[in-house]
Amino acid sequence: MPMLEVKGITKGFGTLDVLRGVDLTVERGDVVAILGPSGSGKTTLLRCINFLETADSGTLIFDGESFELGHVSKRDIARLRKKTAFVFQNYNLFSNKTALENVTEGLILGHKMPKAQARDVGRRALDRVGLSDRYDYYPDQLSGGQQQRVAIARAIAPEPEIIYFDEPTSALDPELTVEVLAVMRRLAEDGMTMLVVTHEMGFARTVSNRVIFMEDGVVAESGPSKEFFENPKEERTKAFLRSIGTTMAGESGKKENQAKE
Amino acid sequence: MDAHAWQVFAQSFDDILIPGLCMTIPLTIAAFSLCMVVALLLAMVQYAKVPGLRQFARFYIWIFRGTPLLVQLFIVYYGLPRVGIVIHEVVAAIAVIGLNYAAYCAETIRAALESVPVGQVEAGYCTGLSYIQIMRRIVLPQAMKTAFPPLSNSLISMLKDTSLAANITVMEMLQKTKQIVARTYEPLVLYIEVGLIYLAFSTILTWLQGRGERRLSTHRVKRRRNENADA
Ligand SMILES: Nc1ncnc2c1ncn2[C@@H]1O[C@H](COP(=O)(O)OP(=O)(O)OP(=O)(O)O)[C@@H](O)[C@H]1O
Ligand SMILES: [Mg+2]
Repeated sequence: MPMLEVKGITKGFGTLDVLRGVDLTVERGDVVAILGPSGSGKTTLLRCINFLETADSGTLIFDGESFELGHVSKRDIARLRKKTAFVFQNYNLFSNKTALENVTEGLILGHKMPKAQARDVGRRALDRVGLSDRYDYYPDQLSGGQQQRVAIARAIAPEPEIIYFDEPTSALDPELTVEVLAVMRRLAEDGMTMLVVTHEMGFARTVSNRVIFMEDGVVAESGPSKEFFENPKEERTKAFLRSIGTTMAGESGKKENQAKE
Repeated sequence: MDAHAWQVFAQSFDDILIPGLCMTIPLTIAAFSLCMVVALLLAMVQYAKVPGLRQFARFYIWIFRGTPLLVQLFIVYYGLPRVGIVIHEVVAAIAVIGLNYAAYCAETIRAALESVPVGQVEAGYCTGLSYIQIMRRIVLPQAMKTAFPPLSNSLISMLKDTSLAANITVMEMLQKTKQIVARTYEPLVLYIEVGLIYLAFSTILTWLQGRGERRLSTHRVKRRRNENADA
């Protein structure tokens, strides 16, 4: 049974149809990359799946439980959100909280974890993203890459079943991109289920096991990453890969290898 | 200026200061407390877009910002008795000044709430916090820090505007000064004197504001300590 299944999701803003019937399936342990040109609806898709936007229609099946996306109760939303986590493009750390507090806030208040235990879990999460020396720093005292790693620590701390990433590195300088991608790669190796909107072709190619290519609010092509990159079927996919593939794939692949050193 | 003026100046100091300490300041504290509670509610119902209450808040602000404070004081103290509502002058002053300032402070607080990036609210939801928890732990603390300087300004304005209560017979500093002027015919020195006492009060508030602002940004201090530890 897939862990997450989305069927026929549609969403419009006014007269603009942003999602026009998107289906996707994520198995436990999958790392699924969502690719596609700007404006194709990738962010909107993730936001609808996590109820930050209300989809117009569509079905979400999570752990075998089915929900009509147009009308999910607040209680169900709160319950589902405790099994998921979201990493934003611009981190969205709580600016009035330290790195550690950013991680523990949701554990203590949302997951009702005792404070001492939450701090323990929080410190371990920050250790995992390589920030053992930054527990008490405030977001404005951290680099973009560090902030995004705090955001990832905040996401992994409650041990969610799946993490949604929305272009986690596109606000970062290349050097900082590397450290964040390295953390994500390690999460993937540890078996974390991830749904990742990204423009990092190197990451999509080497870390994700499946790729979804979106264009104009629909899935234009999807399949195992190897097949997708080596043998794309659709003309549009080929054109897309030609337009960005050569430069980006080569570059980010190299950058990440350096980071792994 | 002659010796008589200086003598009056010196002799009246206590007589003016005492209503300042016993009326002007308590009046300001009471009115400002009321103001903060009402302003926070008015700001929150607008921020949260609570239907009905939101429109009420806009209406409230329209009325209280659009008419003079002095007129409002007159309506409540001299007008309402005509329909059988008699309010003690001090209570009327606290209520009217507090409610009037709430209209301005509500706008200050609303703007501060809206200045907190909405992404942090979304991140709050995604980490399992409820709306109330997000407001209490994330949005309000940041908003209050932003709103602190303009709210301090309002407090200082209010302190001075309590002098309007003299017009509805409240025995505060200005009212007391007027009485002494009537007795001694030394308007120049006495009004300057009461002005100086207001100035002293405002100066103390400004100083407190500075301290408050420094306290609100204590995490900058923590940063310096961390940076030193790194070095
Ligand atoms: N809140 C909104 N109101 C109106 N239009 C919106 C809103 N959010 C997104 N859109 C529109 O929906 C379309 C898809 O946006 P979306 O952010 O999902 O694209 P994307 O694939 O994530 O693009 P990018 O790669 O640039 O992040 C765009 O045309 C955008 O302008
Ligand atoms: Mg996007």
